Amino acid sequence: MVRTYLLLVWAWTRAAAQYPVSFALMTVGGFVTSGLDIAVIWVIFTNTTSLGGFDLSEVMFLYGTAALSFALADLLFSNVERISQHIRAGTFDVILIRPVSPFVQIATERFVPHRIGKVIQGAAVLVFALARLDVPLERGWMIPVMVASGTVIFTALWALGGAAQFLLTNAPEVANAFTYGGATLTQYPLSVYGGELVRGVTYVLPLAFVNWQPGLYVLDRDDPLGLPYWLRFLSPVAAAAMALVAVLAWRAGVRHYRSTGS
Amino acid sequence: MIEVDRLGRTFKVRGTVVHAVRDLSFAVEAGEFVGYLGPNGAGKSTTIKMLTGILAPTSGRLRVAGLDPSRRRTALARKIGVVFGQRTTLWWDLPLKDSFELVRLLYKVDRAVFRRRLDELCSLLDLGDFLTTPVRQLSLGQRMRGDITAALLHDPPILVLDEPTIGLDLVSKAGVRDFLRRLNAEHGTTILLTTHDLGDIEQLCRRVMLIDHGRLAFDGTVAGLRAIVPGEASIEEAVTHLYLSSRRSPRTPPHRPAPDPPSVTA
Repeated sequence: MVRTYLLLVWAWTRAAAQYPVSFALMTVGGFVTSGLDIAVIWVIFTNTTSLGGFDLSEVMFLYGTAALSFALADLLFSNVERISQHIRAGTFDVILIRPVSPFVQIATERFVPHRIGKVIQGAAVLVFALARLDVPLERGWMIPVMVASGTVIFTALWALGGAAQFLLTNAPEVANAFTYGGATLTQYPLSVYGGELVRGVTYVLPLAFVNWQPGLYVLDRDDPLGLPYWLRFLSPVAAAAMALVAVLAWRAGVRHYRSTGS
Repeated sequence: MIEVDRLGRTFKVRGTVVHAVRDLSFAVEAGEFVGYLGPNGAGKSTTIKMLTGILAPTSGRLRVAGLDPSRRRTALARKIGVVFGQRTTLWWDLPLKDSFELVRLLYKVDRAVFRRRLDELCSLLDLGDFLTTPVRQLSLGQRMRGDITAALLHDPPILVLDEPTIGLDLVSKAGVRDFLRRLNAEHGTTILLTTHDLGDIEQLCRRVMLIDHGRLAFDGTVAGLRAIVPGEASIEEAVTHLYLSSRRSPRTPPHRPAPDPPSVTA
């Protein structure tokens, strides 16, 4: 499955390279968009020294880990949102007659490597933050764990959004509210939001496990909302639970596909 | 090769249940060339989609190449080729040969085997002139030949075609028919095709099945189909007769001049 994924990605990358101008413009566009995100945080810190009780380096750490997780999921799987077009046009039929998982086929279809720009940007912010934070290794091990868990959580959100399209047929925006919405939400310390929202993204839709809870551990900070300490270690569990729900929903969606008349 | 036993598929359309296919039973043996006829909305495409694993049946039992299509979809995909006349399985923006390369990757066809089969299909279907043309710039006839090639690169023992000759000019149509006839005769590929073109049926199929209102209305030879109406009837007259008579009384039992095909386990 991984091999097939990589082979397909390579085939599509070669195809995209046949249009070098559009390829270059999209890459630049990606850099500008996420550059603006970071500029917003800079603007905030020119007016204040802390955001939700966190200083610039800490905010950059939370931003970097969330952005990196999101960018990896975006690069590898966000194309799944195209499924709504396939369902409407009935072209999902064609995907189903091939001997490769529809999820892999759609994720790789017209794969555009320019999204790698966002990955580099997220990683750069994270490196910048870590250079100023001086995190000891006995807490630093959590960083790769949280990035991996965050990537799985965002991927699961995309898969759930895709699965929902089998019922809604034409509402990719509903899914986007959770994926892009989740990405924006996790860019800031969750302490800037209300307690109800934070509990919601901890116990219901586990976005707090992308970077907030494990981030508190890495930064060695008390939870401003006083939630239990052990939550900080639950990111892999939350990611596994999300992945399981997403796989089941996706399968149910494919089985309920009704095709179009022809 | 194909076993269908009391197959049914319903759809819920705004609260009411519509039977697209009901109580459909037939069997197709290896090496057969079967035409599948029926008026628009009779359930032809729904049947094809269930045979290929795209749609799950709501009732009945189904085996294609020994597999349950909706549960073993990816395993089945390696054993059947599917061609949709109305939509392409090729990648719209890519040159034809890149589409074939993607098909090779998806079906994990060995590179040497792939080269040999592609060369063979290219000469049989005369693809050489437009292998580097993006699919969106191909004529319908060229695209259909490309689609048929893509469906056969993994050398499936069964080929299912949904209206493969729709919209083709006389020359393209003759080319496609000629190719399918040879594929069935020389390669032994089992072929099931749906069509509205009775020329396809007369020239290619030894056996005809006619579906209407989701049920089998006829299953037999082309000669048997003609014999349904008295006198020297053409195949058009026989088919029209069946379409109209089932419209008047959709519950008439199917005409079965030929004995039931023996049950198969293949």
